[in-house]
Amino acid sequence: MGILRAAWMITRKDLVVEVRSRELIYTAVFFAISCLLIFAFAFVQDGRTVEHAPAGILWVTIVFAGTLVLGRTFERERQAETLRALLLSPIERPAIYLGKLFSLLIVLAGVQVVLLPLVALLFGAPVLRAPFMLAGLLALGTIGFATVGTLFAAMLTRVSSRDVLLPVVLYPMTLPALVGGMQGTLWIFAAEPNYALVQNWLAMLVFFDAVFLTLALWSFTPVMSE
Amino acid sequence: MSARADGCDFDVVAIENVSRHYGRRRALAGVSIECRAGTILGLFGPNGAGKSTLLGVLSTLLAPGTGLIRYGTRTPGEWGDALRARIGVLGHDLFLYGDLTARENLRFFGRLYGLDGAVLETRIDEALDRAALSARGHDRVSGFSRGMRQRLAVERALLHEPRLVLFDEPFTGLDDASVERLVQRLRELRASGAMVVMATHDLDIAEGVIDDAVCLHGGRLVPIPDGGDGLRLRYRRAVEAAG
Repeated sequence: MGILRAAWMITRKDLVVEVRSRELIYTAVFFAISCLLIFAFAFVQDGRTVEHAPAGILWVTIVFAGTLVLGRTFERERQAETLRALLLSPIERPAIYLGKLFSLLIVLAGVQVVLLPLVALLFGAPVLRAPFMLAGLLALGTIGFATVGTLFAAMLTRVSSRDVLLPVVLYPMTLPALVGGMQGTLWIFAAEPNYALVQNWLAMLVFFDAVFLTLALWSFTPVMSE
Repeated sequence: MSARADGCDFDVVAIENVSRHYGRRRALAGVSIECRAGTILGLFGPNGAGKSTLLGVLSTLLAPGTGLIRYGTRTPGEWGDALRARIGVLGHDLFLYGDLTARENLRFFGRLYGLDGAVLETRIDEALDRAALSARGHDRVSGFSRGMRQRLAVERALLHEPRLVLFDEPFTGLDDASVERLVQRLRELRASGAMVVMATHDLDIAEGVIDDAVCLHGGRLVPIPDGGDGLRLRYRRAVEAAG
């Protein structure tokens, strides 16, 4: 069995568990909507949004909701020590990482599907101005965040203060991807969009993601070996 | 044998002078044991004696600090991932997903071990039958009692027909009938040529099924005195002499 097939089995299992419990998606969506409403009260005055705010609001909300989901992803595996069962199975260890990463990305994509129309509605963000570029930025930025986040969440599974430590170690490491995603989105939403800059940020995100994913796959096996 | 275990087989597992520390705390010190195919080895000792650590090292989840373990003629590094397909582990925690049904749990783990199609479905049916859970196969595990989960976890560990079976407290939460079924299952495993290492505090049950016994105390092997007395009495003497 190949690594991708093993990873897909873990993803599918996670999705079945999520569909039944709806724990992650409900928590993340509820949290994200609450964030947006708070930002709406702070940044929208007389029907006008503070310039450049929607891009930042969108990415801050994605990151906060993503951190919530990340913490729970491995917490589920810890509760009945099923992470040990996965490590005891004969699949290649990076398949576990990829499986968890894929399921996290699918849940975060679901959160973003809810978020985008709300950002358009509450802040007047032109989300349909360059839909493919925006989708690319969201996908690549989220992948960058999730590749590092999945690795750290796995590393911290056995640490008692993992809920506190995860954001502390995660945010500085994922800053390049988050800044890239936010800057690209900002130039799509700007009064005078600059698509050449958006393309530059997209290229940077591809580079960041490739580096993050390579490092994460390379380090997951030694990190999880004890 | 599962598809993933092709080419990996062994008749003996030799633990050679294995030590293991957690920080400065010694969990195992110079432990040497040999397990042969078709035998059941009882692993006894007080709490914190190192039993679970030894099972962790045997399962390849923990690396020994010093010493080595040979599965047949090779070490875990030489066998690679295929070795794990020949090991079945029942831990203190049961390694089951509460939101999945019994059948889904078995199917998920069966596939991880390379089983698929009709072979996998047949084994799942047999496993549920052995666990006396055929009627509850489509129920979520979160609704099961501790004993039912324990029975399912035993079958999950054995689904891929492992050569080396590692059981940590397998009788926990089982009623008399389930204990009898598990004892019978252990005898079947022995007859099939599997080697079983079983850590338990249920010495009275274990006495009727094990072929050999070792006792750990403070991470060291302690000899269990021979004699006509029951295992519980001899174990007590061994622990007192060590302690």
